[in-house]
Amino acid sequence: MDPIRKFDLKAIIACILIYAVVQGLIAVEVIGPFWELNIVLICINIILAVSLNLINGYTGQFSIGHAGFMAVGAYTGAVITVKLGLPFALGLVVATISAGLLGFLIGLPTLRLDGDYLAIATLGLGEIIRICILNIDYVGGASGLMGIPRFTNFTVAFWLMIAIIFFIKNFKNSAPGRCCLAIRENEIAADTMGINTTKYKVMAFTLGASFAGTAGCLFSHYFFLAHPATFTFMKSFDILTMVVLGGLGSMTGSICGATLLTFISAYLSDFPEWRMVIYSVTMIVLMLRRPQGLFGSEELSRKMFRLGGRQNG
Amino acid sequence: MDTFFGQLCQQLINGISLGSIYALIALGYTMIYGIIKLINFAHGDIYMLGAYLGFFATTALGLSFFPAIIFAMVGAALAGIIIERVAYRPMRNAPRIAILITAIGVSFFLEYTMILFVSPQPRTFPSIFAATVYNMGPLVMNSQQLVILISAIILMTVLTYIVNKTKAGKAMRAVSFDADAARLMGIDIDRVISTTFALGSALAAAGGVLVGVYYNSIDPLMGMMPGLKAFVAAVLGGIGIIPGAMIGGIILGVVEALVSGFISSTFRDAAAFAILILILLYKPTGLLGKNVREKV
Amino acid sequence: MKKSLKALALLAAGACVMGALSGCGGSKKSEDANVIKVGGLLEMTGGSASFGISSKNAIDLVFKEINTKGVLGGKKLELVVADTKSEASEATNGMQKLLSQDKVVAVIGPNQSSAVIASGAINNGMKVLDITPMGTNPDVTVDPKTGKTREHSFRACFIDPFQGTVMANYVYKDLGIRKAAIYIDNTSDYAKGLAAFFKENFVKNGGSVVAEEAYLQKDTDFKSTLTKIKAADPDFIYIPGYYQEVGLIVKQAREIGLNVPMAGGDGWDSSKLPEIAGKAALNNTFFTNLYSPDDTSDLNKKFVAEYQKAYNTKPDVFAALAYDCALLVAKAIEDAQSTEPAKISAAMAKIKGFKGVSGEVTFNEQHNPIKSAVIIEHKDGVQTFKSKVNP
Repeated sequence: MDPIRKFDLKAIIACILIYAVVQGLIAVEVIGPFWELNIVLICINIILAVSLNLINGYTGQFSIGHAGFMAVGAYTGAVITVKLGLPFALGLVVATISAGLLGFLIGLPTLRLDGDYLAIATLGLGEIIRICILNIDYVGGASGLMGIPRFTNFTVAFWLMIAIIFFIKNFKNSAPGRCCLAIRENEIAADTMGINTTKYKVMAFTLGASFAGTAGCLFSHYFFLAHPATFTFMKSFDILTMVVLGGLGSMTGSICGATLLTFISAYLSDFPEWRMVIYSVTMIVLMLRRPQGLFGSEELSRKMFRLGGRQNG
Repeated sequence: MDTFFGQLCQQLINGISLGSIYALIALGYTMIYGIIKLINFAHGDIYMLGAYLGFFATTALGLSFFPAIIFAMVGAALAGIIIERVAYRPMRNAPRIAILITAIGVSFFLEYTMILFVSPQPRTFPSIFAATVYNMGPLVMNSQQLVILISAIILMTVLTYIVNKTKAGKAMRAVSFDADAARLMGIDIDRVISTTFALGSALAAAGGVLVGVYYNSIDPLMGMMPGLKAFVAAVLGGIGIIPGAMIGGIILGVVEALVSGFISSTFRDAAAFAILILILLYKPTGLLGKNVREKV
Repeated sequence: MKKSLKALALLAAGACVMGALSGCGGSKKSEDANVIKVGGLLEMTGGSASFGISSKNAIDLVFKEINTKGVLGGKKLELVVADTKSEASEATNGMQKLLSQDKVVAVIGPNQSSAVIASGAINNGMKVLDITPMGTNPDVTVDPKTGKTREHSFRACFIDPFQGTVMANYVYKDLGIRKAAIYIDNTSDYAKGLAAFFKENFVKNGGSVVAEEAYLQKDTDFKSTLTKIKAADPDFIYIPGYYQEVGLIVKQAREIGLNVPMAGGDGWDSSKLPEIAGKAALNNTFFTNLYSPDDTSDLNKKFVAEYQKAYNTKPDVFAALAYDCALLVAKAIEDAQSTEPAKISAAMAKIKGFKGVSGEVTFNEQHNPIKSAVIIEHKDGVQTFKSKVNP
């Protein structure tokens, strides 16, 4: 597997272009602080969506506890920077590793379950993580951990997002990634073909969890605080909706789903009373019209990649 | 030691009364899951809807307790049928996860439309039947708790009877077992599913009214957590199995009461989910479920 | 594949249109020189939606009234609401939107301390005033790291230490209670703050806290924990929390035979409380508040009557304090004789002896209003004035 192929090179150039354009627009204040905030939020949501897509879409394991891992990342990252006064980069690394570690520990026993049972177990675990955080006074308990400096900016969020997207894309095309796809298609058949299903399921779950941790760390360092009320199962549902809306198993789908939903949410903030009603109706109608999601499990072709990428701005 | 024992007994009473509420909601949950294998996240909101219908019936229409509960059950049954018809039926062959998202959407829709109409402020339910407090030595019990427990048991029995002995119940079991085969046998699947939704929703509404009377306060988001807990209860007892929902509900209630009483109530929800995960790991089909081997 | 391309194109177009629409919409509105925009960063959806909606109702009332005359010689006040979704990070998002998209001159809200603190970083950065109706945590207006007052953060309510201290002294000295239990809403920093200061002062006076328990917002069944509290045999229970849960707690406590006095803070203030708890159960309970409904000031009477007429329900504490916030903002704009945010902030800090529905407001150097507290007792469901405590 070549790390950089011709296509990758083109894509990287496209990313640099997008970055330059958006950063330029921010610098000349065509994009105001509010939309800048939402663009950073989109980057964070894309990381969450593609990492959940790795678990739900590629490996076919139905997880709805993603907010829990995000919370772990948000809090450990904040502890590193606020409580211990260490650099943000270290916070990001520790957040990623600790969320991944927890994902591994949780994944090992629970991934024996399948379908709805796994779903409800992961949902429960997400809540358990949150309740535990709620009871730790060191990180502020129910009041949340406050006074986190804003280290995240567009540059950090964007390039981390790109790095994670590329990592997951390459993972999908690697041998372990193909094992994951095989498990999604038919676990028993994959098992008979000699694939160690537990190993690959746990691998995908751990990777997904650790990237959720990265996103959580970015999140808490952008919004000044980490608060247990942010990471409820509603947040998990939000991420899941992005993935399913874009098309389960489609990376570009997840990216577009995250972008679209963040935009809808920002746009609807002008009608707070109606926001959730419109949001829920949109969700139902989209699912009724296109139950496989906007992209199904297809990816955008290479030619279209740049078009898809421009959405990020 | 004596006070410890007294406290334990009191906590058991508290737990059983809390559990019977979970059981009431879980009964409908388990039926719906049994028949179309859908985690109907909107079920908790139907329960909320039922509570509001009961509230409307007693305050605006001036009905007494029994007509009010029947009004709420009928209203919720209609709502259940409409929801199934509009949101779930077109999705029957869609991927499972897509239906799940739809269910979440329906849940949000019910919650926030309700907020639009009745404001998020809690309403106080008129006390349509009085609470008598029974003191048994150091133990305290309340007539409303008894009513809820007895209603749950009656409804469970009625439901078991319907499912096991009537023709409609037979059709339900057939659809649950193998929908395609049932269709070939001339069973109108759509109608059976509608009936199931109507029944399940009516049960949730009954629960909603009883809880409204018991706690005396209802609000549009009241169904969120109990809905989730009821699903946990249903899985605990073995999803799709009616007595399982009852047992699961009671166990969940008792565990929560004991954790609140002897550890800390902030860990109550965590304990409920932890129990669920342990059960799933060691007996994934639930306490009363039979192990089914998956065939290739 | 073609289909998805089409879908994508549609999406992209949709997103652009949305962006453009909201962008243009925002700038167009601000061009109207006769309208002064004030932000309402409130809990419109989510678990605490009832707080924000009460507040919004009250602010609407104030602005409607003020607009009959106008401020700064006939300019109209317009409320632009942003939703915090009852979540601190969304509050930051909403604050950013209000300040940079809608270009409001001042912001009212949110009610939850954690949300105020989180969004405070934005409005202080952009030097725009924010006044919270119910953000009681001391850190809302003071940066705990440097001990400096946050220049553009104000509040209309008490801070936690005052209420907790007042109640601790009252129950120890006036009620003669020595053994207290504390039952806290663990999801609310308001409740935690009150409880901490109650405990500190109660113990300092010589009392002892025999049980400390917690519940979570939206809980409905408290019997298990109350049974546990009963076993510890306290003479008194302190329940700083909001009326939704407090009503149920009082009701269930009386049902299991826990007949000791109970007390709380201004979160208890609601006409719903006697309905939820039951009038008889509520006897022998007290709470600290900013104002008493027996308060016969014309302003208060007018407020209660107007609110009831407009929304068909009695105002709660979130409405009362938001009403004052809106009046304060209008006054600050008038005092500053300007719509420049920094000047409004400066004018707000100078406000002295302002009469609101919740009493007189004079800000101290930490931007906290100096207000006296009243202790109110419930007698057969009616709030009756017990005593007044000055800070």
